[in-house]
Amino acid sequence: MNEITKTLLHLVSDWKGSFSGAYNIRENGCSVARQSSKNILIDNKEDKPGLNIHILPGTTGETVSIPACVTHGDVDDLVYNDFYVGTHADVTIVAGCGVHTQTGERARHSGIHRFFLAPGSHVRYLEKHVGTGTGTGIRSIDPVTEIYLEEGAVLEMDTSQIGGVDRTLRKTKAVVGRGARLTIREHLLTQKEQTADTQFEVELNGEGAGADIVSRSVARDHSRQTYFSTIIGNAPCSGHSECDAIIAENGIVDAAPKLCAHHSDAALIHEAAIGKIAGDQIIKLRTLGLTEEEAEEKIIRGFLS
Amino acid sequence: MLRLHNITWNAPDGKEVLRGVNLVVPDGKLVVITGPNGSGKTTLAKLIAGIELPTSGHILLNEEDITGLDITERAKKGVSFAFQQPVRFKGITVRELIETASGNTLDSQQLCDILGRVGLCARDYIDREVNATLSGGEIKRIEIATVLARHTLLTVFDEPEAGIDLWSFKNLIGVFQDMRRNLHGTLVIISHQERILRIADEIVLLADGVIQAAGNRDTMMDRVLSTGHLAAGCRKEEEIFDE
Repeated sequence: MNEITKTLLHLVSDWKGSFSGAYNIRENGCSVARQSSKNILIDNKEDKPGLNIHILPGTTGETVSIPACVTHGDVDDLVYNDFYVGTHADVTIVAGCGVHTQTGERARHSGIHRFFLAPGSHVRYLEKHVGTGTGTGIRSIDPVTEIYLEEGAVLEMDTSQIGGVDRTLRKTKAVVGRGARLTIREHLLTQKEQTADTQFEVELNGEGAGADIVSRSVARDHSRQTYFSTIIGNAPCSGHSECDAIIAENGIVDAAPKLCAHHSDAALIHEAAIGKIAGDQIIKLRTLGLTEEEAEEKIIRGFLS
Repeated sequence: MLRLHNITWNAPDGKEVLRGVNLVVPDGKLVVITGPNGSGKTTLAKLIAGIELPTSGHILLNEEDITGLDITERAKKGVSFAFQQPVRFKGITVRELIETASGNTLDSQQLCDILGRVGLCARDYIDREVNATLSGGEIKRIEIATVLARHTLLTVFDEPEAGIDLWSFKNLIGVFQDMRRNLHGTLVIISHQERILRIADEIVLLADGVIQAAGNRDTMMDRVLSTGHLAAGCRKEEEIFDE
């Protein structure tokens, strides 16, 4: 494991020299460290790059970390990781990704993660993305997340990309069964000439299914973001999506939320707001002694927290 | 001591809102500035905080001319301002806002002391975002807590009664009565609520962009009441306050 990997691991997965519990560290397309636990089994896929991660029924309180790092240019890493979560398991999954380049060559990681949650299971899924290095090469992270929730399962996803990634296409699809619940919190910051494209598509297929998707983003400088979300209610269900964006300098945000009520008892809501930092927010913080720049920084940091 | 010397302020459309205000606010007093709607009260409050700049005239704080200082510089000189419509922030918690106001990280007891003074239990609020989920009464109390946390020489409240229900207002009066008893520095309250005038040391009547009269509460109360602009208590309001 090289030093850049160690730095990236610290940034994306709070790595402090070691992980507790099960983990797999991926560096430039190869596994460089792995540990299964008694209840969480990590194995290579046989037909393509990636992992099968089996979390046994009833596993509680454990964490599995599968960070991936690209530490130089001219790497295009593609990985398929599948998580099979047993009935009534209650675990945390950490899947951070960092890309680094010091040259003009591109560094890219694409992680295709599928989650199969058995009835009554509960997963807290943390995904943190970052780009580092002074090279002019494009840093790309293109995650694909597929989520399948059986009866009563719950997945809470917290995904953030706070700086350094030049291009990202973030696709998330979910199928939510009877009494199951999906919560997503997305935090995005783009700067300079960066672009970020987010696509959510959620099908609520069982009675009592629920989804709550909140995306908060800041587009600064000349960066550009697009947000597309679709919630389809095929049963008596409740769905809520919210897209809040702050634009600063010459940042651009396009948001296109879509709600599809395909059942008479589907209750779907969308909220969206895009705009500059409110002037009265800056004035309030200035009356507390902050400068205009400090006030902007605090507002953005809070908004993305 | 705050001294306003011949302050004028014209609206962007050229209308003269303040037409030569002269006022001295002594240290350690609670001064209420009242007057009819449109008389320029809120503008005057914003001029003191630096949110608006006067067209002409001078503002002196402890004999230092602060007219040319911006909002941040005045805040650092010891001027606090409580907004009529408190500002909401997505993602910033009550704890972060109060710590920003105080300039320090605060422990649970300190937060409890500050929020307790405005009648809120710290445990229930410190981790809540200062967003639209807070009621009008709650956000008003948190706004007051932010200025209390600053312990400044001069605090200006712009119509604290605005936007809250009568029950919250009754409790708010209690907060100001407590602040009056434990006064640190000077309080200037913009208000046209009789209940707030009753706890003032001095009352200033502003009308038509100039100060019509100023003096201690006892001598000013009848004069202000005779102008008829005050939000007089209706019978139901009196019943609530008399409970």
